Amino acid sequence: MGPGFAWTVAVRFLREGRIQSLLIIVGVAAGVGVVTYISALIEGLQGNTLRRTLGTQPHVVVKPFEEIPRPSLRAGTDTLARQVQPRAQRTRSIDNWQALMAEMRATPNIVAVTPVASGAALAIRGEASRSVALIGIELEGYDRIVALKEKIVEGAARVTPGEALIGVQLAQDLGVGVGERVVIRTGGTSDAADTFKVAGIFDLGSRDLNRRYVYIPLKSAQPLLGIPGGATNLYAAVADMFEADVTAARLKARTGAEVESWMDTNAQLLSALNAQTISTRLIRLFTAVVVMLGIASVLVVSVVQKRKEIGILRAMGATRAQMTQVFLTQGAIVGLVGSVLGVLLAAAMLWVFTNFARGQDGLPLFVVGLPLDLAVTVACVATLCGILAAAAPARRAAQLDPAEAIRL
Amino acid sequence: MNAAPEPIIELAGVTKRYGIGTPVETEVLHGIDLTLRRGEFAALIGPSGSGKSTLLNIIGLLERMTGGDYRLQGRPVKELADAELTSRRGDTLGFVFQFHHLLPAFSAVENVMLPALVKHGRFTEPDRARAMTLLDRVGLKDAADKKPAQLSGGMQQRVAIARALARGCPLVLADEPTGNLDTHSSDAVFSLMRDFNQEESVAFLIVTHDPRLAARCDRVVELVDGRIRSA
Ligand SMILES: Nc1ncnc2c1ncn2[C@@H]1O[C@H](COP(=O)(O)OP(=O)(O)OP(=O)(O)O)[C@@H](O)[C@H]1O
Ligand SMILES: [Mg+2]
Repeated sequence: MGPGFAWTVAVRFLREGRIQSLLIIVGVAAGVGVVTYISALIEGLQGNTLRRTLGTQPHVVVKPFEEIPRPSLRAGTDTLARQVQPRAQRTRSIDNWQALMAEMRATPNIVAVTPVASGAALAIRGEASRSVALIGIELEGYDRIVALKEKIVEGAARVTPGEALIGVQLAQDLGVGVGERVVIRTGGTSDAADTFKVAGIFDLGSRDLNRRYVYIPLKSAQPLLGIPGGATNLYAAVADMFEADVTAARLKARTGAEVESWMDTNAQLLSALNAQTISTRLIRLFTAVVVMLGIASVLVVSVVQKRKEIGILRAMGATRAQMTQVFLTQGAIVGLVGSVLGVLLAAAMLWVFTNFARGQDGLPLFVVGLPLDLAVTVACVATLCGILAAAAPARRAAQLDPAEAIRL
Repeated sequence: MNAAPEPIIELAGVTKRYGIGTPVETEVLHGIDLTLRRGEFAALIGPSGSGKSTLLNIIGLLERMTGGDYRLQGRPVKELADAELTSRRGDTLGFVFQFHHLLPAFSAVENVMLPALVKHGRFTEPDRARAMTLLDRVGLKDAADKKPAQLSGGMQQRVAIARALARGCPLVLADEPTGNLDTHSSDAVFSLMRDFNQEESVAFLIVTHDPRLAARCDRVVELVDGRIRSA
């Protein structure tokens, strides 16, 4: 008794029930196609969104303590102002940031750390001036956390002393090109100014950021911002992005520093992604259930139709186990063939989507591929579902009393 | 005096009840004693409802008896589990039914090979050769690759006989094998069984309502109301 018996009979039974088999395979293909398409689409879109968001943000940031304004009067003397206005934050350095950085490097999940000195400033060129966010960085370290080099569209990815990187929008607004000079002036108490040569122009994928960000060497930013030797933030990258909040909390508990993860700053995005993920799961679950019910009902009918044949096979010495296998195999074949067709269908739909959903610039809105592991997983799950759906009919076939079946 | 051929089946006091424990409990067979030896060619006759099919199914291990003793090739079957019954059935017994029960998804020759497929898990060349020989003997060599639906009733029944003989079983049980055929076809089918019986000493137990055919058997077992009437 080889597995060949179940296979041979299962294939013949399926071929014999032409329309029935065809319909259920098409049904499985449709279900699998929809699930695969939606999964790939959501996965792709989420990946795109995350890449865009985190392309310009560190996973974890350490900030200086906020200066929390306190009421200057004690309770009880209720004569004066109870309302307290938050104070404008001045640019302050993190205390003892070098030690903190060492501490961060030793924290699990954190793979890179870099200091940043940032604050508000004015970028001036001739008559034109724009308010900008001045960011002092050590380019190599910074690039490991927020990929900046790859976003340079003109000039060089370089910030040696006296050089700056500016965004495409700012370059336009100020009418400045690579090799030309801008004056950076910081206001307030630390009123200072310095001249920088534009080494490169970047495109961060956001007009707003392209207009506001100006990168200069950390060492140049510190005096401009009035924090010599200081750092306003420590940026860190983590290995597991979705563990960033846990890592931040652990760091905060250990060091007492003010720590934020991208998950705090993008809570809305995150909950939107979660909602999407849950919806996709529900769709998957319901589709799987519907597909399984379809397979099961077709096979139940088939068992009833084939009672005599099952009886005669049993009379010829086929065991209950063999009859079970015949119907489980049918379920598996339907699941496998249906899911292969379904995956092809999904690939076709994704191709249409990437080729016809174009933005105003004529480029594809999103490039969504069909990950091979997704295709394989879907096919395996569908085959498993087919076998599972066949379990009940297979049981019925095995339990069938051959004498009774033959008498009919 | 020649010793009689060894018995294939030995039934002693076999009873069968249906609906046990229900208000409609009825005993259909009331103590059947029956021995069938290698090479015997026996008819089982009796009025409708007398229990012929029930007895054949019990002998064929398709149904369990309620009481009594049944030995198949000398070995008792009463205590055997379903899997063992199934394998003994496959090895010892061939079946022919009134409505032939060929599998429509398989060609004539594949139907003849089915018992081998059940046992070996695939269609082997020796199995195919034997099947072709059998089909040739029942005169259907040219119809080997036809589906059952393309064959007449008599042809289908001849395929069923070839299938019953495919594993070389010593006993073939036939429940009204000619019940659905015209006189001409039924004579042909009957002669075929007779040929196999005489040439390969396969034993046959044939349920029939046709007294003409019963008269052509070596032995007639008559069942009346669940009892064997001795001839
Ligand atoms: N599964 C069952 N449950 C209850 N009673 C049954 C069952 N199978 C058969 N019987 C009864 O057993 C009796 C014998 O039936 P059986 O089919 O063996 O008769 P038969 O001699 O083969 O008749 P026929 O010549 O019409 O084929 C009948 O009264 C029948 O109603
Ligand atoms: Mg009958």
